[in-house]
Amino acid sequence: MPDIMTICNYCGCGCGVYLRVEQNRVVGSYPSKNHPISRGNLCSKGWHLHEFIHSAERLTEPLLRKDGELRPVSWDEALDYTASALTETKEKFGTNAIGVLASAKCTNEENYLLQKLTRIGLGTNNIDHCARL
Amino acid sequence: MTNSIAELEGADVLLVTGSNTTETHPQIGRNIITAVDHGAKLIVIDPRKTDIAKEAHIHLALRPGTDIALINAMMRIILDENLADDLFISMRTENFIALRDYLHRLDLDELATITGINRTTIHEAACLYARSSKSVICYCLGVTQHTCGTDNVQAVANLAMLTGNVEKKHSGVDPLRGQNNVQGACDMAALPAVLSGYQNLADIDVRNRFLAVWGREVPKAPGLSLTEMTHAGINGTIKAMFIMGENPVLSDPHLNRVENTLKHLPFLAVSDIFLTETAKLAHVVFPAASFAEKSGTVTNSERRVQLCHQAIPPIRNCKPDSEIIMQLGRRLNCPGMDFDTEAEIMEEISLLTPIYGGMHYDRLAKNWGLQWPCWNRDHPGTKFLHKYYFARGKGCFTITEHQEPYENPEKKYPFTLVTGRGSYHHYHTATMTRKSRRLLREYPEALLEINKEDSDKLNLRDGETVELASRRGTVHIKTKITDRVQPGTVFSSFHFFEVPINLLTLDAMDPKSKCPELKICSVNLRKVKHD
Repeated sequence: MPDIMTICNYCGCGCGVYLRVEQNRVVGSYPSKNHPISRGNLCSKGWHLHEFIHSAERLTEPLLRKDGELRPVSWDEALDYTASALTETKEKFGTNAIGVLASAKCTNEENYLLQKLTRIGLGTNNIDHCARL
Repeated sequence: MTNSIAELEGADVLLVTGSNTTETHPQIGRNIITAVDHGAKLIVIDPRKTDIAKEAHIHLALRPGTDIALINAMMRIILDENLADDLFISMRTENFIALRDYLHRLDLDELATITGINRTTIHEAACLYARSSKSVICYCLGVTQHTCGTDNVQAVANLAMLTGNVEKKHSGVDPLRGQNNVQGACDMAALPAVLSGYQNLADIDVRNRFLAVWGREVPKAPGLSLTEMTHAGINGTIKAMFIMGENPVLSDPHLNRVENTLKHLPFLAVSDIFLTETAKLAHVVFPAASFAEKSGTVTNSERRVQLCHQAIPPIRNCKPDSEIIMQLGRRLNCPGMDFDTEAEIMEEISLLTPIYGGMHYDRLAKNWGLQWPCWNRDHPGTKFLHKYYFARGKGCFTITEHQEPYENPEKKYPFTLVTGRGSYHHYHTATMTRKSRRLLREYPEALLEINKEDSDKLNLRDGETVELASRRGTVHIKTKITDRVQPGTVFSSFHFFEVPINLLTLDAMDPKSKCPELKICSVNLRKVKHD
């Protein structure tokens, strides 16, 4: 499989990084030589970019709190529960009782979708992210 | 950034303020060092002697929180030395007379005393910056995370406009963005008071355009900011939250209050790749796909929108956040939640967002991304901003006055604690970097930087654990004796959950930007008695 070009997931420089993939596992990262920012160079975080992807501590199943503990459930159960909890909040306390935090680590498309969902799906402008932190 | 990153190498004078560039933006740091190698002069404003400050020709080690006094002093000197750019001021700016009169009323000796820097050094730095026509300013959160953060930024803008160092290649004002897509999250309007591309939420034409595409009216009232949501306490108005890929329980100021708020929410859903401190408090946790398991675009500091390509399918039962949002959206009867690809989502973004008007996936793939504003399919993107005009028309000089930090050292809390990212090897709350064995080996635990003068007074050894307390909380932390910090000041990062330094920090914030004063709070240090 050819190496995949992506953008480093850490700081705001936006270096071009290649990920080396072997049998569906990312096993290495190295800089793009011609990318205008990285120009064949990465910092120590960039060179070790792939190392958290297959960490044993990754979340792999949706979790739902039952009897005070987070337990694995199906996607449908987790999503249905969330949708009904948000609807209930809306009915009981109004739309502005819901708050949403988007992420400076997610893509533009994801942030766009989330603010769209917040504004017209949930009916509130209570959306922000960690730009100030 | 008003400039592109590559332009920094061509600058003659670089003024870096409130940014530990080599550790937090290594590639931009590299550009700055290259510029210096080519003969550029470097001025660094930072209370700490960071690595970039060591490279500086002039290091202005000011007392924390006195940026405005320092920049006002520099501007006064520039006026006195006749180094202001009169043509630029008359053509491109307004309200100069008010600023000039204000600066003339200031006493330079008094300003120097406030900052703790001698007058000659300030004089030297001011003249160096003003004499060059290729002067660039880079700033980061050291400027904004203050109760006077907006004024700090305004002061920086005043300085650049006063000397005409904005409109050209190699000169401008460059805020360095911390996260890989913090610029994009702002552009996409993950913000409470604007629509995508910073369009006015109240503008009737803008609202109608969104209504036509979205099929539903956008709510009128601006929303709450992050700190307003996470610091409301048990009786806050927010009763349910959805948090995507953030860890406010470690990154936000005055943590006890954040934890208290989130813990008592009737409903909290979190989507993340790890079970973060925040996810542990949730009722529902979604396992998100990491950056390698999805495609999409991110926007860097220089406004460059770049494609990320999926390398592997989502591991185990994870899903990309876009999928999670759309599935949730459909359950909530939200219209327009059925995109097949990321490229389709971008088409809707470019339709509604003028500055992203020409961002199409085929174009992004052919170039190394494109820099906004990119108005349409034929537009080449924009390397530097504000050529010929500012976004608001003329640049407005606004008078900024020095104000003391929210907390000043006093008898009970005699030290000033500065926080920030502390290491080349770690990132933010380190949920990702700590999973790397090698990065953790290089910097395995939290350290409190303290000057030798202070450690001698308190009779502390290097590496000794101390109790660090503010009015809000207490942590135990190992010391590192170093001349990076001035006497009276200590520094620590917020990377390590074992030492949640934000238990101590202040949630007092700038009234305009709602940015908390994470850079300054008063603390006390105590030796821990060993049995």
